[in-house]
Amino acid sequence: MNASRATFNVHYAWRRISRNWGLYLLLLPAVVLLLCFTYKPMYGVVIAFKDFSPVKGISESPWAGFKYFEKFFHSYQFPITIKNTVAISLYSLATFPIPIAFALLVNQMRQNRFKRVFQTISYMPHFISTVVLVGLLLILLSPSSGLIGQLYGLFGAEAPNVMGSTTWFSSVFVWSDVWQHTGWDSIIYIAALSTVNPSLYEAATMDGASRWQKIRYIDIPMLIPTVITLLILRMGGLLGVGFEKAYLMQNNLNISSSEVISTYVYKIGLLSSQYSFSAAINLFNTMINFALLILVNYMSKKFSENSLW
Amino acid sequence: MNAIETAAPAPRKRASAGDVLLYVWAALVLVVLLYPLYFIVIASFSDPSAVGNGLVWLFPRGFTLEGYTELLKHSNIWIGYRNTIFYTIAGTAIGLAVNVSAAYALSRRDLFGRKTLSLFFIFTMFFNGGLIPTFLAIRDFNLYNSWLVVVLPFSVAVFDIIVARTFFQTSIPNDLWEAAQIDGCGNLRYFVQIVLPLSKAIISVLGLWMAVSQWNSYFNALIYLRDKDLYPLQLVLRDILITNQMQSNMGTGEAAQIALRLANLLRYSVIIVSTIPIMLVYPFVQKYFNKGVMVGSVKQ
Repeated sequence: MNASRATFNVHYAWRRISRNWGLYLLLLPAVVLLLCFTYKPMYGVVIAFKDFSPVKGISESPWAGFKYFEKFFHSYQFPITIKNTVAISLYSLATFPIPIAFALLVNQMRQNRFKRVFQTISYMPHFISTVVLVGLLLILLSPSSGLIGQLYGLFGAEAPNVMGSTTWFSSVFVWSDVWQHTGWDSIIYIAALSTVNPSLYEAATMDGASRWQKIRYIDIPMLIPTVITLLILRMGGLLGVGFEKAYLMQNNLNISSSEVISTYVYKIGLLSSQYSFSAAINLFNTMINFALLILVNYMSKKFSENSLW
Repeated sequence: MNAIETAAPAPRKRASAGDVLLYVWAALVLVVLLYPLYFIVIASFSDPSAVGNGLVWLFPRGFTLEGYTELLKHSNIWIGYRNTIFYTIAGTAIGLAVNVSAAYALSRRDLFGRKTLSLFFIFTMFFNGGLIPTFLAIRDFNLYNSWLVVVLPFSVAVFDIIVARTFFQTSIPNDLWEAAQIDGCGNLRYFVQIVLPLSKAIISVLGLWMAVSQWNSYFNALIYLRDKDLYPLQLVLRDILITNQMQSNMGTGEAAQIALRLANLLRYSVIIVSTIPIMLVYPFVQKYFNKGVMVGSVKQ
């Protein structure tokens, strides 16, 4: 009975698949690429629990248990990289409301033409590459010839070496992000605001609502679902300060506050070829991010109707 | 709608204090956003010593094209430029082919195993093997130090797939497929001859996204390329703008001064030359970018 049912199911599935074989052909390239370059490395992550040697390969290398995780937890770099990563992430998270405020203000502009031009210009920095952005920072913040050097010079003071300082690193990192991405990040909020029914504003005006009251009671509630979705996604990256920018902004002078997990993983793994150790640090990082994402999504589901899935 | 508006124009209200503040704020924002970029432009045409002494604020001083002529002497910049153009074209073509077709298949409700397949894609957004296991996989496939590594292995973009899938679901009516089926049209022919021509908007949005990110990226090249001849522009830029900057602070003496002067000039002009292609197309395409973000924000 069960067996015939199973064959029936297989038969049924096969019929449905073969009827749409063209669709599977369309999926094939993406699936193959993901299998080879994303899922295969997910299997490769076992080297974090092995003493990997390139000669023996992944499956032949001997098991090492949690040796490399312990090595990381006991290394003197552990508190430093974690502290730097979390500090920069939290600092950056604190700037999360800026694009929201930006969108609310743009939404207040009545001059449509000006509004359009203003928005267009505000997206522009988003398209500058990370390399050029860091190059720009080095030029503008150079204590001898940069803008900041000139400003201090006006008052006859000696400018600090901002790019080579441990205290300034996180501020430069976060605020240059704000400079580059606020306009772009606000698009999604501006789009959400554009769906507000104009009659709501008219009714509010009739009732004598002030401009601020309209923002407070119409605009902001409108944005809440979008804000929550984006916040959840942001939480999933709490332990993930992007490699590209941090690595470029690093130098010998600021390294004690600029070494984050992603750059450390790169140096341990590719510059000093400790494959297993690097993979262990990386896996630790990924697991924490993944757990955070699930936790935040769960809490959001529980306390509001908003969640990712 | 239009007729009503022209017949009875809304009474012009006097600008309130709030409006004035709003536009003052907007003006300040524009200055903060644009001035750094403007400064690089004028500095690239100025005598570097004038820039160094803080004389360049609003207009170029001691006009010179030396930075740009210096640029011509650096062949690695042009090799990088050529490589990047190639990578951008190839990467965008591959990315579009792979992602748009996958997105279409996933948008079809009669696809057997659709939920599982979607999960297969979405899972990769939140979990991955990490740098070293990926590096080992690339080496296993003999892609290390090959130009293919920049354009092929990481071309699946799940976020783009979701955006395109949402587009297909909302703007291609299902009746169309049923009608085509009755006429004996198969999936592949339907996709190529009917779906793709109807999807020019989303294809151009995604294509432009991919092109810009390919143009600006340096990570994959840094990790997987060794030959300087294969370097994309961004890696060459990194040498000029960042690595050399650290070194140039060290030297003294006349020779070092001259080298520093040229290095500074080169820095400004190379920023301009590498960013111009994007800034040139940008005003024409930004409204599509805008649209793409909105399509993506529609919750599935």
